[in-house]
Amino acid sequence: MDRRSVLKVAGAVSAAATALVAMPRLAMAAYSDSAFKAKAAGDALSNLYGANATTPSDQVRLKAPDIAENGAVVPVEVETDMDAESIAILIEKNPSPLALNADLPAGTQAMVKTRCRMGETTNVTAVVKSGGKLYTATKEVKVTIGGCGG
Amino acid sequence: MSGIRVKAKERNGVVDVKSLMKHPMETGLRKDKSGNKIPEHWIQDVTAESNGQVVFSAAFNTSISKDPYLAFGFAGKKGDTLKLSWKDNTGATESVETKIR
Repeated sequence: MDRRSVLKVAGAVSAAATALVAMPRLAMAAYSDSAFKAKAAGDALSNLYGANATTPSDQVRLKAPDIAENGAVVPVEVETDMDAESIAILIEKNPSPLALNADLPAGTQAMVKTRCRMGETTNVTAVVKSGGKLYTATKEVKVTIGGCGG
Repeated sequence: MSGIRVKAKERNGVVDVKSLMKHPMETGLRKDKSGNKIPEHWIQDVTAESNGQVVFSAAFNTSISKDPYLAFGFAGKKGDTLKLSWKDNTGATESVETKIR
């Protein structure tokens, strides 16, 4: 291999590396097994955001029923006034706690509503990522009939 | 007939989106009558685009209820189109386009 082609290869490699580094900047909430299959809420967070240090904040508003008669369909709403980059919902006692991770590009409301399954009475935690930090709100939902199947 | 129902309504510069996606969302924990496990089958990624730009994206776990409901909001205007699409763990995809009202 002469000098010229060595340089070419090196250029291609560095271009590919730059493309890889630039990837997360696309800011897409993509499914990942490591976060969603994690068995503990802390592991799920560290695999998702690379950190699991959280601060409880009353600026994170989590809306969920006190008592859910049917654990198969529990409405959960998360909203915040903070400048949020992403929102995640964790259901602590589920086999895999992380239920949802939403990515919010600039201009998108810091809000998400959905319906979740809960296997048993559990703490539900809303995690808001704002300015690189994680803020949470937690609420206990009592479940009469579990929704994980069986 | 698409399996996604979506409504997008603009008010004061904010588009409110409500959507229902038809999907079994099998957890992989359920068993059928003869005791065999029903394999996992669930929506992993949901993406919303307006005017070719991603305005919202989410990843789901199996703990999202069957026939998932999803609501969110973004800055937009009437008449624009909103495209909502999902992809499940088998690689199947579905998408729908609607006009913002």
